[in-house]
Amino acid sequence: MSQSLLDGQAEAAPGPARPLDPRTPSPAGRVTGLRQALRFVLRRPGLLLSVVVLVLVVLAAFRPELFTSQDPLKGVPSQNFRGPSGSHWFGTDELGRDVFSRVVHGAQLSLKATLIAVLVAFVVGGLLGVVAGFTGRWVDDVLMRFVDILLSIPALFLSLAMVTALGYGTVKVAVAVGIASVASFARVARAEVLRVRQAVFVEAARSSGARWYSMLARHVLPNAAGPVVVLATLDLGSSILAVSALSFLGYGAPPPAPEWGTLISDGRNYLSNAWWLTALPGLAVAATVLATNRVARALDGERGRRP
Amino acid sequence: MRRYVIKRLAQAVGVLWAAYTVSFLVLDFLPGDPVSAMAGAGMDSGQVDPARIAALRHEYGFDKPVLAQYADHLGRALRGDFGDAVSTGRPVTATLADALPQTLRLTGAALLLAAVLGGGLAVLATYTSRRWLRQLLLSLPPLGVSVPTFWVGLLLVEAFSFRLHWFPAFGNDGLRGLVLPALTLAIPTGAQVAQVLAKSLLTALDQAYVETARAKGAGRWRVHLRHALRNASLPALTVVGLLVGQLIAGSVVVETVFSRDGLGRVTAAAVTAQDIPLVQGVVVFGALIFVSVNLIVDLVYPLLDPRIVVASDRRAGIA
Repeated sequence: MSQSLLDGQAEAAPGPARPLDPRTPSPAGRVTGLRQALRFVLRRPGLLLSVVVLVLVVLAAFRPELFTSQDPLKGVPSQNFRGPSGSHWFGTDELGRDVFSRVVHGAQLSLKATLIAVLVAFVVGGLLGVVAGFTGRWVDDVLMRFVDILLSIPALFLSLAMVTALGYGTVKVAVAVGIASVASFARVARAEVLRVRQAVFVEAARSSGARWYSMLARHVLPNAAGPVVVLATLDLGSSILAVSALSFLGYGAPPPAPEWGTLISDGRNYLSNAWWLTALPGLAVAATVLATNRVARALDGERGRRP
Repeated sequence: MRRYVIKRLAQAVGVLWAAYTVSFLVLDFLPGDPVSAMAGAGMDSGQVDPARIAALRHEYGFDKPVLAQYADHLGRALRGDFGDAVSTGRPVTATLADALPQTLRLTGAALLLAAVLGGGLAVLATYTSRRWLRQLLLSLPPLGVSVPTFWVGLLLVEAFSFRLHWFPAFGNDGLRGLVLPALTLAIPTGAQVAQVLAKSLLTALDQAYVETARAKGAGRWRVHLRHALRNASLPALTVVGLLVGQLIAGSVVVETVFSRDGLGRVTAAAVTAQDIPLVQGVVVFGALIFVSVNLIVDLVYPLLDPRIVVASDRRAGIA
């Protein structure tokens, strides 16, 4: 979260305006673009690995039965505290439940929470930013001061305050995390709208008599969306971390649910005799975040390089 | 200069007031009714005594109109009175003040570690002429921001407390007990310091004055540290201001992992107990720390770079 906060400020800093490229790619250009993108990924082993990890995580979220046939909730008490082995890749927990299957099934909860968080931040923040940037004047002042205030409260504290008010649960935690990163989205969206609004083709549209809503929908939004979408991908990684931190603290889904943060905090009680209960689920979280961040950085770099 | 200081101070006060208002709105008007939460604290839901609710409503002033409540609360908050914590009955301010020293020690140590580790990494990565070492060093910060802090903390406990028995696994005892939590807290922060510093160092090394210094025959280390690092540390300093807020918030997780007493534990307990006055106190306090550190950074800035004041007088600063 705080990382995106920094990004947001970097974006908001006044700098040389990037020139706009209103050309739309032709169908042929799109095919070569796809081939180029493929070559770009294949040339970078780290990026390729990240894409593979992400695909696996998304698959695990939608079709957990592809990865494991074991029930994440049903344990075999006689087989508790087994270390990682061929039949139990991540070992078993205190009730004899298969930890790998719990991690795989947990992907769904954690991914859902992450997507909700990013969506809340994207929609609320984007809306604030677009309204502020497009309306200007006192509306802009009021909205952006409000955003400054959100930025001055440390993200986790803001999330915790939201959790206190809303209560526990996966969705509520996700909303709380999303609200905490609204501010950076609002800043980037506003900066982009301001940049696009001054472009020649927007002026041309206005002078040829376009209404404000068609100007907004046809010219400003499509051209301003890119950086905000990139910010959303950058925000995914930190949202996974924030959601899992809140569920580690015990504000997520109630106990039997295998949320990633909850898994790690459960394993905490058996740290001295069963290292795999914390180490391996944590590894899954870390790998997912690392992969997300790598892909997001690649997208960010792409945007930066293209004029 | 004086106008600059007064302006920044006024902005800081404005932001604090607004942070208080936002936390008031969030906590007092969102769905969860604070009073039934308070009255229900510690017992099963559904057993809440209506008389107790009415009494609590009156005690906390919830039976008054919203604006009157707000004015009343704000007036008391200005005098440093955030009410009493519901779960313990102690004043919020005293609870926070008691918890603060432990957390300041933790975050201070973590900030120091983050600056030393992150700064050292950035300097080394930009100094070395070995490609593999540079790539290895530069791949560490992205790793550092991607690992969950609580997981790192638990792994450190596992390795250094349970296997090697070098450091205690939990508690507040002395310096030895501080090492693992501070390291845990320092990792994401240090990684961000390293990222920012490495970037600005690379920019600085491309500047003409570095070329001049080299041409005059200054050694590589001297150019790197005296000329480039000095100028490159300004952006890193700005980030430190932002990171302090993150460190204070990070103490919630780290203190829970290591079972240390402090502000973070108080916060976690307050959220669990839905102790609204206490949570509000923590939020406003977090904003206070954030705003003061950034104020200090902003005031130190012109001393390091005299051009700042001129620039900020022209452009309205961002609080």
